[in-house]
Amino acid sequence: MIPTPFTYKRAGSAAEALELVAEYGDDAKFLAGGHSLLPLMKLRLAAPEVIIDLSGLRDLSYVTDQGTYVAVGALTRHHDVEHSDVLARDVPLLAHAAGQVGDPQIRHRGTIGGSIAHADPASDLPAVLLALDATLVAQGSGGTREIPIGEFFQGLFETSLEPDELLTEIRVPKPASAGAWSFQKFSQRAIDWAIVGCAVQGGNVALVNMGGTPLRAAGVEAALADGAAPSDAAAHAAEGTSAADDIRATRAYREHLARVLVSRALTEASSRA
Amino acid sequence: MKVDLTVNGKDISADVEDRMLLVHFLRDVADLTATNVGCDTTSCGACTVLLDGESVKSCTVLAAQASGHEITTVEGLATNGEMHPVQRAFHQEHGLQCGFCTPGMVMAIVSLLKENPDPSEQQVRQGLEGNLCRCTGYHNIVRAALAAADEGKVSA
Ligand SMILES: Cc1cc2nc3c(=O)[nH]c(=O)nc-3n(C[C@H](O)[C@H](O)[C@H](O)COP(=O)(O)OP(=O)(O)OC[C@H]3O[C@@H](n4cnc5c(N)ncnc54)[C@H](O)[C@@H]3O)c2cc1C
Ligand code: FES
Ligand code: FES
Repeated sequence: MIPTPFTYKRAGSAAEALELVAEYGDDAKFLAGGHSLLPLMKLRLAAPEVIIDLSGLRDLSYVTDQGTYVAVGALTRHHDVEHSDVLARDVPLLAHAAGQVGDPQIRHRGTIGGSIAHADPASDLPAVLLALDATLVAQGSGGTREIPIGEFFQGLFETSLEPDELLTEIRVPKPASAGAWSFQKFSQRAIDWAIVGCAVQGGNVALVNMGGTPLRAAGVEAALADGAAPSDAAAHAAEGTSAADDIRATRAYREHLARVLVSRALTEASSRA
Repeated sequence: MKVDLTVNGKDISADVEDRMLLVHFLRDVADLTATNVGCDTTSCGACTVLLDGESVKSCTVLAAQASGHEITTVEGLATNGEMHPVQRAFHQEHGLQCGFCTPGMVMAIVSLLKENPDPSEQQVRQGLEGNLCRCTGYHNIVRAALAAADEGKVSA
């Protein structure tokens, strides 16, 4: 399988990437690790006319300690997020979850920015960053803006990024109790996306694949705030969700999984804290 | 477009279509046909090669993306006619049957051992989650990876 013909451009800097996207407009697509976009292009579900390769933006691959938060460059690969000492110490949830994405080969290519910008509700890192209350930094022709992650995901594969905006950084506030985390992922085969997943950090609970976007489990969070035990709080896990019925699982089964995984996650997080 | 790759230590420049996949570049332009295409959907790992020393699935990388980078295929592992320790371990432990998955398995293990020279059996199994084998049931492949790691300890 090969993609439809396109013109390949490699940007050497964020400024150059923005110039290229201004020049080619709607016909162009950014390419980071290529592990969501290239499979779609090979299946001809996407057919951009111009590809702007961001792999030359080496200065957007980093993990740095900024005091109250950890800054992660958008082009940082899953492999480097997984093995970051700063994240292992201050945000172990993110380091661990990055190590659960796909397989080692995929983690050598795929990037955190690509995963967020792609906005697949079945992906791991969008929900994890939602549980961590991350802030995203985007750069466009109009300058730089910060987007709270709660306002970022608009729908299936849809975000509040403008087509000519580049995601440059993900800012992850250091959780008060970094140890109180858990990540649960239920999948059919080793490298698959989650049928359902759940990320917990302190009292924050986010769900993978329970609707068109990653979701915060508001009912669970409210019950926890009222002092409910993990298993009682987890009973609220499917409230307000709209999980899909598809070949992998029925909606009812996904709702069941959400309750089970949230319960496991809350129990594990509180045992770690 | 013109791409310049270093493949198994040799510089190769060629004029290719922008959309050419790395695996097709290796097989059709560089004439290195050990690297197989199994699934073509980033799942099976048969097309695994090293890009700047790390395992990647070459069916999901453009030749254009690899331009300026170093690629190693299984053909590039032996030195002076001597098999690489991972290749030798596959031979000794009978780590293959039909051999289709083998080039990708070997490259995935070379990358795995570079990152973790002394893996547990569990770490080998997890490290190979992106490589499928239809024949062996994986046992001898895992044994081969562990044997190669042991040999590395002896020679280090
Ligand atoms: C077989 C397989 C299994 C996988 N399993 C999992 C899994 O278990 N869990 C999981 O979470 N993911 C999984 N993935 C997806 C993988 O994590 C991707 O790497 C990731 O979702 C996309 O990152 P990328 O860097 O490859 O993005 P690309 O494919 O390069 O880009 C994806 C989209 O984001 C846009 N984009 C990329 N970077 C930017 C940026 N900086 N600014 C603005 N737009 C940008 C692109 O234009 C494109 O639309 C899997 C992929 C494969 C092929
Ligand atoms: S052919 Fe590339 S992963 Fe199967
Ligand atoms: S030996 Fe036949 S597929 Fe692995």
